[in-house]
Amino acid sequence: MAVDANTVRRVARLARIHEPDSRLESLAGELNTILGWIEMLNEVDVEGVEPMTSAVETTLPLRDDAVTDGGNTQKIVANAPKSADGFFVVPKVVE
Amino acid sequence: MTQLTELTLAAARDGLASKAFSAVELATAFNSAIEAANPQLNAYVVTTPEKALEMAAASDARLKDGSAGRLEGIPLGIKDLFCTEGVRATACSNILGEFKPTYESTVTSQLWRDGAVMLGKLNMDEFAMGSSNETSRFGPVVNPWKRQDGANASLTPGGSSGGSAAAVAADLCLGATATDTGGSIRQPAAFTGTVGIKPTYGRASRFGIVAFASSLDQAGPIAKTVLDSAILLESMCGHDPKDSTSLQVPVPDFAAAVARGVKGLKIGVPKEYRVDGMPEAIEKLWSDGIAWLKDAGAEIVDVSLPHTKYALPCYYIVAPAEASSNLARYDGMRFGARVVGETLTQVYEQSRAQGFGDEVKRRILIGTYVLSAGYYDAYYLRAQRVRTKIAEDFRLAWQKCDALLTPTAPSAAFGLGEKSDDPIQMYLNDVFTVTANLAGLPGISVPAALDSQGLPLGLQVIGRALDEETVFAVAGVLEAQSGYNAKAKVWW
Repeated sequence: MAVDANTVRRVARLARIHEPDSRLESLAGELNTILGWIEMLNEVDVEGVEPMTSAVETTLPLRDDAVTDGGNTQKIVANAPKSADGFFVVPKVVE
Repeated sequence: MTQLTELTLAAARDGLASKAFSAVELATAFNSAIEAANPQLNAYVVTTPEKALEMAAASDARLKDGSAGRLEGIPLGIKDLFCTEGVRATACSNILGEFKPTYESTVTSQLWRDGAVMLGKLNMDEFAMGSSNETSRFGPVVNPWKRQDGANASLTPGGSSGGSAAAVAADLCLGATATDTGGSIRQPAAFTGTVGIKPTYGRASRFGIVAFASSLDQAGPIAKTVLDSAILLESMCGHDPKDSTSLQVPVPDFAAAVARGVKGLKIGVPKEYRVDGMPEAIEKLWSDGIAWLKDAGAEIVDVSLPHTKYALPCYYIVAPAEASSNLARYDGMRFGARVVGETLTQVYEQSRAQGFGDEVKRRILIGTYVLSAGYYDAYYLRAQRVRTKIAEDFRLAWQKCDALLTPTAPSAAFGLGEKSDDPIQMYLNDVFTVTANLAGLPGISVPAALDSQGLPLGLQVIGRALDEETVFAVAGVLEAQSGYNAKAKVWW
């Protein structure tokens, strides 16, 4: 399953990272080296093995459905690149 | 009298209790040491000398009125991955800009609750992705240790918690917080002659720690001695409702376990950890470790962990997959750096292209690829199944032994720049440590010898889930029997 420049372009778009055309070939090479090494996993017989989704055997706890926090608007927007009146200011998304 | 900065945490605690010196005197000594050393070592990316003095003064008041906590007046360094209220936290990435958290991580808040004093924030690989500290936006930390070949090469302190390890090794704090996703506490500890422990997954809260790979990330301390690391870990652990994976179990008296001894314990030696090309000094240290534990009354048993060689490739699917999801939040909208573009997509793409470094981008791309339609089953699902097999290897081993003894890393500290062009060579640093993350187990690195170049080497002890006490007991014996007490020669 070798990765080519087009696949890198598609994946970079999915990840919302701009990669200039000039970088696509070399990135494909880097990813193929890593993915080629990872192919080793195909040697393992995983027939009937459950995927491990949690590092410890524990059930996810439930909490009461209650408001326990809030009123922190100024703290929340404190690090925003741009904010006004307690709102985040973002680029225009509709024409 | 020994300089205050050279004390162990336990000795400093005794000195504070007996009023041999004050918390302000101690903090002042560290502030000056950091000011003098940091331009050369680059261990701290933020220093908070005034905050340290303020906290120390409050500690002195509590020491006086009898309300002192168990870490009262102890100066610590904090890895830049931890959110610290009002003090910049960037995970050493440009994408976080000048982010100043408006809240405190649970782990650090527990340290302050117990009276510890903050000296500053410590350098690390960007988003904890790296084994040499070279991916930090602030440039690499320089290891206080040098080879004895006279060439004066700058060595890596390891990574990702390189700043934490170097600061402890150079007496720029009494202990430091660190985090470990694939070996990021234990490998730097081994490279700097310090002790580092990653507890069982779920022991320490992840709330307020910048997320890398959530099913693998765990916080732990780096310290000068096994006892110091036990004292710190006790403060750092405990249930936290703000982290749904935080375990509802009591925190044992870790410090008491350090002197427990290993009489009657069965120590497993996994044959798969004997890798090709392992330096002779590490082979020797491993056999010495086995002999020390035997002398102290442990029984040594051979065990097999057959899926060991698949652990790293498995990790390099699981961790990037989780990272690609976790790092989706850095979009230039709510915090961090925003790059202006013509369309919204351009803003996202440019902010992320300029904000993330090469290694982080590489891992996001791999993670996005292995999770994308058509590849999910072949890569991600298969890796999760292999992860089950790796955890099973350990479960079977625990039927034969109580803890495992292995080397921590396949080499001593290497030169800055020596491996930065070859990602896979860099990834192999974690070959002995990553299995404990995948299986969620506690692991400690203890410095136990110097190699022919005079560089420290570490032994690793891995224990059953939630059995840090046995890990500390074995580590305590290794520390005592090895007689290791070397320090880096001061050149900074």
